[in-house]
Amino acid sequence: MYEFNYQKANSAADAVQAVNSSDDGQFLAGGMTLIPTIKQRLAQPSDLIDLAGINDLVGVEEGEGSVTIKAMTRHVDVANNDIVKSKIPALANLADNIGDPQVRNRGTIGGSLANNDPAADYPAAVLGLNATIITNTREIIAEDYFDGMFTTSLEEGELVTAVRFPIPDKAAYTKFPNPASRYALVGVMVAQTNGEIRVAVTGAGQDGVFRASDIESALSGSWTVDAAKDVKMSDEGLNSDIHASADYRAHLISVMASRAVAAAG
Amino acid sequence: MPTVSMTVNGKSVSADVESRTLLVQYLREHLGLTGTHVGCDTSQCGACVVHVNGESLKSCTVLAAQVEGADLTTIEGLANGDELHPMQEAFRENHGLQCGFCTPGMVMSALDLVQKNSDPSEQDVREWLEGNLCRCTGYHNIVKSILAGAQALKG
Repeated sequence: MYEFNYQKANSAADAVQAVNSSDDGQFLAGGMTLIPTIKQRLAQPSDLIDLAGINDLVGVEEGEGSVTIKAMTRHVDVANNDIVKSKIPALANLADNIGDPQVRNRGTIGGSLANNDPAADYPAAVLGLNATIITNTREIIAEDYFDGMFTTSLEEGELVTAVRFPIPDKAAYTKFPNPASRYALVGVMVAQTNGEIRVAVTGAGQDGVFRASDIESALSGSWTVDAAKDVKMSDEGLNSDIHASADYRAHLISVMASRAVAAAG
Repeated sequence: MPTVSMTVNGKSVSADVESRTLLVQYLREHLGLTGTHVGCDTSQCGACVVHVNGESLKSCTVLAAQVEGADLTTIEGLANGDELHPMQEAFRENHGLQCGFCTPGMVMSALDLVQKNSDPSEQDVREWLEGNLCRCTGYHNIVKSILAGAQALKG
């Protein structure tokens, strides 16, 4: 690891100020990706501003037709939260299957979304459930937030403070995990919210999370397991690596989508 | 250099460390607690699992500074003198280790499971161990050990 300065922030405003006044500072949430990245010398921040002590950034709130999860809420706490479990069980289930128990004890929703790993689970939830990212300066709808692999529309020094999820009529997330890393080879969120059907795919696309419009159309015609399974996805733009070929990932998208439809009911 | 202070196995410790010092480095190199192992160093294998404020964490993926003020338990904190902790004893009785490299992490991870679920099923144990890799045993005897350890802890 290269050297860096470490400081704890007492509030979101403090954290933003600390990052803005540093040479090349970065927010540190749970660190489940950032610390390994720094260890591999793939990142060289001048300063790490630890958000872990900021109580205002932790917790879950129910609003009218929505559930808001604050950015520093850990995966384990999303998975076990009564509001999330009763209003959006698909989201609690997704959080309960991120990484492994030790990652869930530390990793956060805000950290995951700011990083936008192309194989992370939460991006599929945000895009599939049509959530809104709330930052210290504005609100960003899902479609405008994800901007390719490890890239988002966040500006320098902009801090994700919460994510607001509309409560779906039905939804489910199914993934085919890499057996070692537990990242999604392919993960699919299917959701029906106020009559709109969305199918969001993570793990497969070269540009990160995307909506599978062919499966959305098929499910709009007929919300059935077979309708999803019968869609032959193109392998264009899909990842091909030692874990799975693009063709295999394309096949998995339809299979995972059909299993998600079965789980959603 | 920042000063970090924490409680490790019931003892207060404090040291000046570089910001970039990982928790596992602090435990092994500053405190001499080498029972916590560095296996993959990429957050996958779980040989470095310790308890921080009662929850299991991978100490190769956390900075020492991030756990300032916390209460930690490592594998060295389990036995009572020469008397093994019931979970350690269960690993010995059930041949839950071969080379033993992954064992400290397995035991610490198992104890986090058992405190959340005192009567886990075999399936619960296998799912819980998704963050702990073993290259020797094929997991079968590790699962047996944890099930036996859970029963022993229930008394």
